[in-house]
Amino acid sequence: MRKLIEQPTAVTEHSPLLKPTRHESAIRQVSGTARYVDDIPTPDSLCYVSVGTTNVASGTLQLLELDAVWQSPGVIDVITIADIPGHTDIGPVFGGDPILLDNEVKFHGQPVFAVLAETEEHARIAATKANMAFSDGNAILTTDAALAVDSKVRPSHEFGRGDIDAALQAAPMTASGHLSVGGQEHLYLEGQVSLAIPEEEDRMNIYTSSQHPSEVQKLVAEVLGVKLHRVAVDMRRMGGGFGGKESQAAQWACLAAVFALRTRRAVKMRLPRMLDMQATGKRHPFENDYEIGFDESGKMHGAKVTVAGNCGHSPDLSDAIVDRAMFHADNAYQLGASKITGHRLKTHIVSHTAFRGFGGPQGLIMAELMMDVVARKTGLDPLTVRKRNLYSPQNGMVTPYGMELEQDILPSLIEQLENDTQYWQRREDTNKFNQHSPIIKKGLSLTPVKFGISFTAKHLNQAGALIHIYTDGSVQVNHGGTEMGQGLHTKVGQIVAHEFGISLDNIEVTATRTDKVPNTSPTAASSGTDLNGKAAQNACITLKQRLAELFAEEFGVAADTVNFADGKVSSGEHALPFTQLVQNAYMARISLSSTGYYRTPKIHYDRDTGSGRPFFYFANGAAVSEVSVDTLTGEYTVDKVDILHDVGTSLNPAIDRGQIEGGFIQGMGWLTTEDLRWDDDGKLISNNLATYKIPAIGDTPAHFNVQLFDRPNAEDSIYHSKAVGEPPLMLAMSVWCAIKDAVSSLADYRVDPPIPAPATPEHVLAAITALQEGNHDAN
Amino acid sequence: MIKFLLNNELVTLDKKLAEVTVLQYLRDNKALKGSKEGCASGDCGACTVVLGEIAPDQQSIHYRSINSCITLLASLHGKQLISIEHLSQGGVLHPVQQSLVEHHGSQCGFCTPGIVMSMFALYHAKTTVDRTTINTALSGNLCRCTGYRPIIEATQESCGIPDGGREPDQFTSREPHTLATLKALQDDIAEQASVNNVFLPQSRTAVSALLAQYPDARFVAGSTDLALEYTQQLKSLPTLISTTRVKECRALTITDEHITVGAALPLNDITPVLTTHFPTLHELIDRFASVPVRNQATLGGNVANASPIGDMPPVLLALNASIVIDNGSDYRTVPASDFFTGYRQTVLTSKEWISAIEFPRLSTAMQLKAYKVSKRHEDDISAVCAVFKLELDGTTVKSLRTGFGGVAATPVSCAELEAQMTGKDWQNATLRTEGMQILSQAFTPIDDVRASAAYRKQLLANLWQRFWFETQSELLVSTRVAQHA
Repeated sequence: MRKLIEQPTAVTEHSPLLKPTRHESAIRQVSGTARYVDDIPTPDSLCYVSVGTTNVASGTLQLLELDAVWQSPGVIDVITIADIPGHTDIGPVFGGDPILLDNEVKFHGQPVFAVLAETEEHARIAATKANMAFSDGNAILTTDAALAVDSKVRPSHEFGRGDIDAALQAAPMTASGHLSVGGQEHLYLEGQVSLAIPEEEDRMNIYTSSQHPSEVQKLVAEVLGVKLHRVAVDMRRMGGGFGGKESQAAQWACLAAVFALRTRRAVKMRLPRMLDMQATGKRHPFENDYEIGFDESGKMHGAKVTVAGNCGHSPDLSDAIVDRAMFHADNAYQLGASKITGHRLKTHIVSHTAFRGFGGPQGLIMAELMMDVVARKTGLDPLTVRKRNLYSPQNGMVTPYGMELEQDILPSLIEQLENDTQYWQRREDTNKFNQHSPIIKKGLSLTPVKFGISFTAKHLNQAGALIHIYTDGSVQVNHGGTEMGQGLHTKVGQIVAHEFGISLDNIEVTATRTDKVPNTSPTAASSGTDLNGKAAQNACITLKQRLAELFAEEFGVAADTVNFADGKVSSGEHALPFTQLVQNAYMARISLSSTGYYRTPKIHYDRDTGSGRPFFYFANGAAVSEVSVDTLTGEYTVDKVDILHDVGTSLNPAIDRGQIEGGFIQGMGWLTTEDLRWDDDGKLISNNLATYKIPAIGDTPAHFNVQLFDRPNAEDSIYHSKAVGEPPLMLAMSVWCAIKDAVSSLADYRVDPPIPAPATPEHVLAAITALQEGNHDAN
Repeated sequence: MIKFLLNNELVTLDKKLAEVTVLQYLRDNKALKGSKEGCASGDCGACTVVLGEIAPDQQSIHYRSINSCITLLASLHGKQLISIEHLSQGGVLHPVQQSLVEHHGSQCGFCTPGIVMSMFALYHAKTTVDRTTINTALSGNLCRCTGYRPIIEATQESCGIPDGGREPDQFTSREPHTLATLKALQDDIAEQASVNNVFLPQSRTAVSALLAQYPDARFVAGSTDLALEYTQQLKSLPTLISTTRVKECRALTITDEHITVGAALPLNDITPVLTTHFPTLHELIDRFASVPVRNQATLGGNVANASPIGDMPPVLLALNASIVIDNGSDYRTVPASDFFTGYRQTVLTSKEWISAIEFPRLSTAMQLKAYKVSKRHEDDISAVCAVFKLELDGTTVKSLRTGFGGVAATPVSCAELEAQMTGKDWQNATLRTEGMQILSQAFTPIDDVRASAAYRKQLLANLWQRFWFETQSELLVSTRVAQHA
């Protein structure tokens, strides 16, 4: 029945597919009736958890007196790691994440004990009352300090092509340098929250704000010491996730579940903002180095890139995150000979975790830095250098990890964008402006993105769905993906409506539940629609097969001629309303429920040889940004942004545009104002919204234009669309490069200004001063 | 006892409540879960609600957005509280809600109720709506998903109809009734208003009486800073005396010499007067926190707080303003330069409160410039704030007054710079370098999360440069990346 899959070109007038359908929860969201975990009506028995945390970054626990905590008003129960009935390590992949302090201090702000109280206020106050003492430890707080003593959470990895040393030796021109790349706080507007409702005996229902309900289920079961089938996790929506609720939502669900089991009461754990910022991991800060060889034409001969991620105290997801940084150190460019090395450094810092791009941005920024450096050293325009080095049949199509690129999209995409935005005219205008403006300098940059789509952990590239058709013709859809605002449920709803040829108001996509679709992967790696959309489509195909056979039998036609569209099922002159056929099927004792399953084809990667095809395909895009920089203060504005982005065939242009715009602004925040700071004791001091600044409405560029690049995915993805969650974040490299371009004008565009990420006004002014003082070797 | 309208329902609160803030009241007491807690510190706007109150003309309702997470219940007295649940009527969305749906302005939806409420306040504002006013109206609402573009367009479409052309909503049609109800509330229980140990006296004598009764009481106005002691530091709040209804603290008088601003007037209420008489303060005020904060926060609070990074104290120093201090029977007037005595310390005794701030007016020979540098333009705290007031006699400097924030334990002036410049020819370019040298040596700022000491010193010197450039009559050099006013 595969032939029942309609390609997008066959979309009928009434199908919601490919249309800018609104978010399925939009009306409830604007009305304040969309329900988040903290809004769920709760049993009267509800009580609240808080945690007491370390005030040092290393050492061991010497003293823990909890009497005052127990005596604090409203306290019901207090636990330490000794009170955990089952597993105490909740590390998602490799272990190393104790649910509460296990003698050895891992980081400043680590939960030591947990307290349950009648109100949230009681719990929070009680949590401050313990008497704790720790022995002195030697805290390793920075990447450099960890490198110096070879402190790693996982072994380093390396891959490359060709003889890099020979290539660097022979290259007419060389350059080398270092780049500090800051981390990023997720700052989902809804903080971490879980609600545990005890069921009979040791069974547990969990409501959580998590991108990975199956992992929450597994960890709760392990922590309670029960089998997985006794724990059900329900996840309707998150108030933002961005990777921060992939692995790090579980701890709070586990603690709530332990108390729920002990007290038989409903238990909620919600992190206040400051605790959330201190106790959960962020985007990894990196310290990266490069050494490149190139020629006067700007062509790369070879690149040696080392990316060193500050992983914090445990592996968490860092192995795959640093891998992805390595996989993107080339971005869109044929580097020539290559050697890419990735270190996973262990520090006494909160364990850093997934964040939109998953290490990709921290690697990709190196490629863009190298292009800028080549441009300044050769005197060519950065766009000329970028275009000269794009992967192409002439330049070569094999990446440093040995994957042969099959889609050659960026050369034409960039050409379209540079023409649409009149790049060269604006380049001339910008340079002219700068000659006559001594204080304000303008900068311009066009940067591309090529982002690999698939989990690099191969087993995660699978998904399941469960579809029920009810006798009134309405359809309930459940799948393994989670809704965090990205519009996944909207897109899956469109897919199912399209497959059955019925309207969207007949489709209800329900909360993600581990007892409906089991063993699911996290909603991450931009894969939500690719995986779950296909799984849902496969469930539809199974059901359509059953219905088509019944229809064929009734009308004496061939089942493979049966068509589902416009609320009807038809073949030739025969037609039945969808609902009628469903009722006929029920009366004929045909099952109206089916699962669907999907696994991504083609992907493989051999760690030993450092080669393979880790990605099913690549999503591409490019952005042109124009900025103005104040050379007296380092302040800047992003004046104009134009984006052309490749989403294959867009399942929903409105939602895709939203992902592109939102991703871009989030990336811009990472590269500009979002400045994570730890003090010398390892305490996070940018620990609230007064000290950590994400983009506000005034930061949205006055001119902000987004277009979709119109070309279907050549791979057999869901209706030939492409993943869109993460790739646009890296379009913001154009802002960072434009700021550098503006500053570079101070040295006649012959020096790449030493501006780390984020390019805070302070960092920008430091680079301005360096260039003004003739410090040309800053790179 | 306090009385207020929860949308249309009259609510009387007369005993101690478990809930301290308006957000807690809505979510926990009334089970209205639409308003969200994103930060509990007034920085994200997910909790935004709108307060309707009698406008100064007594003829209409003024709707203002506030952060319910840092607003004390007592401040609801005599007002109408409108939350997200009250906007749609009979299943029909309010125009601002409908517009947000149509423009795909929500993704995760957690910030959305707050965004809608800020849009709603703008819908009722008697102002033309363009990108600048939209930025201002939504300056206190963070969205982590959308990048704001659809929100901007939805706001433009629903609120951008020229003033008077906006479709009347149910709040407009009910306005006469709401107005009458609120007026009746004003007269009811006038002097006794209090809830949760927060008192709302209306006269100086009543304040004195309360102080006698509760010697440990503290003063509160907008509570935008004080509430953080409760929401962030988990302290229980002491008895509080609010000056927001004290007549003298709400006065605004303009004479030929002075502009006197009541200490307890919300900043947004005094902005028109300040920017009329000191137009160059526009940028600084625009960057002073966010609209919801400025709808509550007061000049008196900003001054009494005595934070070295407060936005207005440097202005007061440069303008030679005075603080009018009251103890219930006598006033005393202290120059701003004598008011701040140490880190977050002032000359105020425990029996005194700030009644007003007195600004000398500018003469035509005076130029005022106020500069703020921070990581983010909207709603951020200064790395450095620098304010300069220059008086010229021809091209000769007759006087220079300065005020700085973020460079010392208190807001400070630079006496050396003021003295060195006086009597010199302002057009002489050596003044630019001389001032830079003086300012880069004048203070010993600290390294903190916002900026390093070195950056602060460099900014002091460079902001002086900017000031010198901007006040030259001959030299026209572009000095700003963002233009205001």
